[in-house]
Amino acid sequence: MATASIPATYPQSAGVMLPAFTLWWREIVRFYRQRARVAGVILSPLLFWIVIGSGFGTSFRSGEAAGQQHYLDYFFPGALVMIILFTSIFTMMSVIEDRNEGFLLSVLVAPVPRSAIVLGKVLGGTTLAALQGLIFLVFAPLVGIHLTFGSFGLVVLTVFLISFALTALGFAIAWPMDSTQSFHAIINLFLIPLWLLSGALFPLSGASGWMRALMYINPLTYGVEALRTLMYPAAPSTFSLTASILTLLLFTLFMFGLAFVMANRKKSSS
Amino acid sequence: MVPSAGAAQIAGLDVVREPAALRRHIGVVFQAQSVDPKLTAYENLWHQGHLYGLRGPALKQRIEEILTRVGLLDRARDRVETFSGGMQRRIELAKGLLHHPEVLLLDEPTTGLDPGARRDLWQYLQILRDQEHVSVIVTTHLMEEAERCDRLAILNEGKLVALGTPTELTREIGGDVVLLEARDPEKLAERIRSLFHVDATVMGAHVRLEIENGHRFVPDVVEAFQGEIQALSVSKPTLEDVFIHRTGHKFWNEGLVAPNGKKNH
Repeated sequence: MATASIPATYPQSAGVMLPAFTLWWREIVRFYRQRARVAGVILSPLLFWIVIGSGFGTSFRSGEAAGQQHYLDYFFPGALVMIILFTSIFTMMSVIEDRNEGFLLSVLVAPVPRSAIVLGKVLGGTTLAALQGLIFLVFAPLVGIHLTFGSFGLVVLTVFLISFALTALGFAIAWPMDSTQSFHAIINLFLIPLWLLSGALFPLSGASGWMRALMYINPLTYGVEALRTLMYPAAPSTFSLTASILTLLLFTLFMFGLAFVMANRKKSSS
Repeated sequence: MVPSAGAAQIAGLDVVREPAALRRHIGVVFQAQSVDPKLTAYENLWHQGHLYGLRGPALKQRIEEILTRVGLLDRARDRVETFSGGMQRRIELAKGLLHHPEVLLLDEPTTGLDPGARRDLWQYLQILRDQEHVSVIVTTHLMEEAERCDRLAILNEGKLVALGTPTELTREIGGDVVLLEARDPEKLAERIRSLFHVDATVMGAHVRLEIENGHRFVPDVVEAFQGEIQALSVSKPTLEDVFIHRTGHKFWNEGLVAPNGKKNH
């Protein structure tokens, strides 16, 4: 038998936190080494908000609640959620790339629990999405949003929860996939409507019938609603802040659970 | 992974019941690339070390040690995407060895390497076996690579067809392998069978047979079938012959099915 042996000081297992940390770290490093992605983070939020907001603002003027709010103002929380949605989901495309490039295999053969893989990857995407969302908040004073210290803290929390939930959702979708094309198909089919029906573009009160019902069961609605309540405390809201944040929290936990279950599924083929 | 049948143990650990403990003891080098090209050589190993619970100064020291071993210490701070194929393979190897595994698994490690890099890799595997006493398991479909191992298993369509040292396996064929090239190999094979009472098989344009004292058989067969044999060769059996012998595989006319040689130092 081999006399090669593991030095006694070496740990038997890596635990959860160290592998999760290192996977998180890799996501961040990879991100800032891809310059196009960094540029996209800074510029795309501004562009989306101004182009979509201005365009819709002039065409939809009559649809506004009581007419006291400019559409660019109304659209601000929605734009924030869109930015988070895109960043969260797209970072998880790296799951598919990791699998195809063979990198994931070397993680899977290491003595690392699946929960650490989910946690590391999802927290990596969450960090990037939340950071991008927070960068966008720099423009908040331009639309007359003045956050108190407390409400800023709650905005950060909400942004984090939305980022985490959507990244976990992205992970769960990406895990069993082998091509980025099919991932794009799912985004268009499923995630864009999720955003459209979240109250980001038009208010809940303006929708009717089945549309309204869909918006009520859409978990993203509560994220948008929470942000809007925090940013415009004076404007009318459908749900209380506590109800919105608690629903969002439940959604986040559910999504993480889903990502965890997907990663632990036994596959007949490797 | 759930096995379809049977049981397996590596380093005394059951692969189904103790997968976590087992992972600690094996290093794997995959056929496909598994390093992250956007990270530097050092960062790739740093990341890999964390997955195995290594950290801090001990990890740093080990990374430098292993990079020295594969001759890439001076490139530690360069991104792997700037490396040549051979250098990337060395980083793969360093990744697999970082945590001091007792068993190193390599899946067709020389795929895509030029002859120089291929030789370097094999030399290093031999050092690992002789000096560090790591059990090295290599899969290959190259017979000249299979010749180098201490113990060889031949798998065909998922079944073990031979197991032993390369010498043992080639010796069992007995005698020599004679290949005859003929215009009508079918007819020639049949006539050889009836005349010499040996088992002759047709492989494309060739008739192949295993016979003791091939050098004595050759003049007889040339004499018997004058003008029908265009070329002829006598050779000592190789692992390729062992493969054909054990599987009855006629690779020439049935299309190529890669023989999965498995070697074990």
